[in-house]
Parts: sequence; C-alpha cells; structure tokens
Amino acid sequence: MIEFKGVSKVYPNGVRALNNINLKIEEGEFVAIIGLSGAGKSTLLRLMNKLIDATEGEVFFQGESVTKARGRALINIRRQIGMIFQGFNIVKRMSVMNNVLSGRVAYNPTALTILGIFPESDKQIAYRALKKVDILEKVHNRASDLSGGQQQRVAIARALAQEPKLMLADEPVASLDPITTVQVMDYLKKINEEDGITTIANLHHVDLAWKYATRVIGVRAGEVIYDVQMKGMDKKQFYEDLEGVYGRALHSDEVLGE
Amino acid sequence: MIMPEERIIVPKPDRRKKIATIITVIVIIVGSGIIAHFNIIDVFRNLSKGVSILKRMFWPPDFTYIPNIVKPMLETIRMAIVGTCVGAIIALPIAVLAANNFIKTKWLHVPLRFILNIFRTIPALVLASLFVAVFGTGAFSGVVALSVFTFGLVSKLTYESIEAIDYGQVEALISLGANKLNILRYAIMPQILPQYLSYTLYGFEVNVRAAAVLGYVGAGGIGQLFEFNLAWRKFGKIGMIIIFSFCVVMIIDLVSSSIRKRLV
Ligand SMILES: Nc1ncnc2c1ncn2[C@@H]1O[C@H](COP(=O)(O)OP(=O)(O)OP(=O)(O)O)[C@@H](O)[C@H]1O
Ligand SMILES: [Mg+2]
Repeated sequence: MIEFKGVSKVYPNGVRALNNINLKIEEGEFVAIIGLSGAGKSTLLRLMNKLIDATEGEVFFQGESVTKARGRALINIRRQIGMIFQGFNIVKRMSVMNNVLSGRVAYNPTALTILGIFPESDKQIAYRALKKVDILEKVHNRASDLSGGQQQRVAIARALAQEPKLMLADEPVASLDPITTVQVMDYLKKINEEDGITTIANLHHVDLAWKYATRVIGVRAGEVIYDVQMKGMDKKQFYEDLEGVYGRALHSDEVLGE
Repeated sequence: MIMPEERIIVPKPDRRKKIATIITVIVIIVGSGIIAHFNIIDVFRNLSKGVSILKRMFWPPDFTYIPNIVKPMLETIRMAIVGTCVGAIIALPIAVLAANNFIKTKWLHVPLRFILNIFRTIPALVLASLFVAVFGTGAFSGVVALSVFTFGLVSKLTYESIEAIDYGQVEALISLGANKLNILRYAIMPQILPQYLSYTLYGFEVNVRAAAVLGYVGAGGIGQLFEFNLAWRKFGKIGMIIIFSFCVVMIIDLVSSSIRKRLV
C-alpha cells in the first residue's frame, strides 16, 4: 500500500526530520505511529500524500511513486488518500454537506465543482459517509456550530467521501476529551475493519495504540526504531518496549488509564 | 519583631525626551505657519465676513432648492455604487494573486503588492482630475476614478485577509486532491468572503463622500452643482447642498456600518 525507500527529509531550516526511512505498510493494516514530540511522526505522514517533498529517497503508493507524481497524477493519488488532522481543518463557514462534498472535488470537473454542482451519486456518497459516522442529522448545519468531536466526525466523513484506499490521521484525537476520543477512534476502527481502508494514525496516547492498532511503529529522532505486529502482543511487554522508544518512563498524560 | 518597611526609591522618569518632543512639535507648527504665510490677524479680519457667509448659507434654510439637488445626489450615489462594484470585483482576483499563501512564487506577488501599494496612496480626487483629463468631464471619469480607488483599497485589505486565513483548511483541501480553483472556492473564499464584503461596503461609504466632491474637478455628481453655485455666489443653495449631502452620507454610513458589524 505504502512503501518508503531510503527516504530522508531535511527542512529548509536544516532540521533533519527523517533519516533513511525504509518502511512498508500493507493493505488493511491499522498502524499507530508513536514517538516523542519532534520525532518526525507528522513528517512521515505528510510525505505519504506529498504535503511535503522528500529530500532523498522515494515514497510509493500502490506501486506508484508519490515523490515523482505531478499535476493530474498527483491529484489522482491524493484523492485516494483521506487525511484528518488534530485541528479538524474543516471549513467552519460552510455547511456540513458542502464540507463533505468537497471531498469529491477531485472526481468532478472543476467547472462544475466551483459552481457547487455535484452529481446525485456524489450526494449519496456524502450522505452515506455522514451516516457512517452517525452525524447525518447535522447535514445542513454550519460546521462551526458543531462540537469538536462532531467536527472531527465531519472531517472523517469528508475523507470517506473520497472513497479512499488509505486514511491518514495526524493526532486525530489530541484536541478531544477522553469520551469523544474513544468515539472518534471507534469510528476509525470501524472504517478500517468494515471498509478495509488502511489506516495510519499518529497517536499521542499509547493506550490508544494498544487498543486500536494492528501494528505499532516507533519513531525516534527521525528513525524508525520499533515496528511490531500487535497480534498476540503482551501488554506489559508493549509498555516496556515503548519506554524504549521514548527513552524514558511513560508520562501519565500519555496513558489514558482504563 | 516587625521590621521597618524598606523605602523603595525609584528614579524619576526622564522628562527630557518628552520636553524635546513638545518643543519640536511647536517649532514644526509655528514654522509651517510662517512658511505658509499664515497670519492670525488675517483670520480675525475675515472672521466677520465668514460669519455673514455662513449666515447666508444656513439661515433661512432654502428648502425650495431640494428638488434640484435630488437628481445630482442620485447621480453621485450611482457613481459610488458602480465605482465600488467595478473596483471591488477586479480587486478580488488580484488580491488572490497578491497573497503569498495561495501562489507561492515570489516573482508574482512582490511586484503586484508594490503596485497595489502605489494605487492605495493616490487620493480619489487626484485620480479624478487625471481621468477628467483623459476622458473629459462628466460622471464617467468619476466612476473610473472611484473604481480605481476602490480597487486599491479593497485589494490591499483583502490580500492581507487572505494571508491571515487558517491554512489548515487549505492543507486539508490539498490533501484530498483539490486543484487551485477548488482550494480557492472551498477553503479560501468561505474564510474571507465576509471580510471582503465588509471592505467593499466600507469602500462604498468612502466613495459616497469622495463622489460628492469629485464634481469639483468636473467628474460629475453633486460636486458639480456645488461648484456652479459657488461660482455664482449662491450661498443659500450651497448651504442646502451641504445639509442635504450631510444627511445622505450619514444615513448611508449608518446603514452600511451596521451591515458590516453583522458580517464579521
Ligand atoms: N515546516 C517545518 N520547518 C522546519 N522544521 C520543521 C517543520 N516541520 C517540522 N519541523 C521539525 O522537524 C522535526 C520533526 O517534526 P514533526 O512535526 O514531524 O514531529 P512530530 O513527531 O510530528 O512531533 P509532534 O508530536 O510535536 O507533532 C522537528 O524537529 C520539527 O521542529
Ligand atoms: Mg506532529
């Protein structure tokens, strides 16, 4: 699904955020990326849909080079990859429906989308996406009128409207309270299992990684230093391993508790 | 045992800077008065003349003249409306190009901004005299001047708003495969539209006032009537024009600014 071959990222200010990453993520996985702040998790994620350019190496999506893709080819890759963010990044001054429909713009002629015209089939896709995250009743609300958890669900619906093969989530629950956190994670899990959408999420709470991920990747100082399948993993062992990834004991705010 | 409280000694603020500033300001005012041959005695000598003109202008008010004012006043407002619309419509795409977060290549927005900043510094009256020279006297020159003026005002304010948007929303649209036009439509416009409309309304308010004096350089509207009456020293009519314009401008300002408050 996604493959990194010798990928490094050096930011213009000289920070080497990632160093020679080799990584392969298979279809259907639910991958949690764990690491300290500044380890390079967001950088890793943002290379997958070319929100940033790799300095060295190449990233592949379904065998196609993301790194070399331009114009139409890049749009074709991006529209198959949904992404949700810590800050939700939905358009607050627009209705929920228009937000979700905007997930369809790359599948339609620009001349129509800028007039706000979408085919009925796309509207059905949007309704289904909203229904999937149980927020269909808010379809005509202004996005800014929704709570944080609801806004993140709209963001998920927008990504779902892309009918994506891959879902990227950069700290999707970091601005949510514990209860909404579980809700949103449950939706991501449901989408991963029911629709077979490969999911890669940067997570701050190791408990969430334990509960939801099928595979956990640990990043430290720009390198992948930990990579395990969670099936049959012992919980105590896992937490010990993560202390290794963090290079210190886990803080209480990194563990949600039961 | 209670210790006696320590006396805190704070050095007195340095007054010299303040005094120097005051002296400089006085020197500048007096100096420029001398250079401009301003003579306070002249003012008093002409005061009685001024008072008598003022009296002729406003007392008794010449209401019978109002019907003659309405038509040029409407022309003034029409000029302001057309000028505002044309200027604001052109300003929008240019503002998008001038913002550094939509098109990131420097060679476009750096020179563009430079030009916009120049536009913004030219007063509407100067533009009007320029266009009167080009297109001749009449409302058309006034409308062109107001368009250019509005364009300068609205484009600058709008591109600054575009640069202040929440870029996360743009990034989300990029991530789902949106092209530039779709990003504009679905991430940028929803964020700046209220501000843009508000700037346009503000431009309209300024334009109504500007349009009222444009006639002075022959660019149509109520100013032309004003100038005509001044030439014939019809002070009563001039007074009525001033009262009438004042009321119209007030009403427009009130309505427009209350709409603006609701927009943003
Ligand atoms: N746009 C940028 N320009 C310069 N340096 C950056 C930029 N983005 C990230 N960095 C740097 O690259 C390194 C990795 O950043 P990254 O955002 O990938 O970390 P992260 O693991 O996502 O951290 P966090 O948990 O805080 O989100 C950090 O040292 C960061 O300061
Ligand atoms: Mg991050």
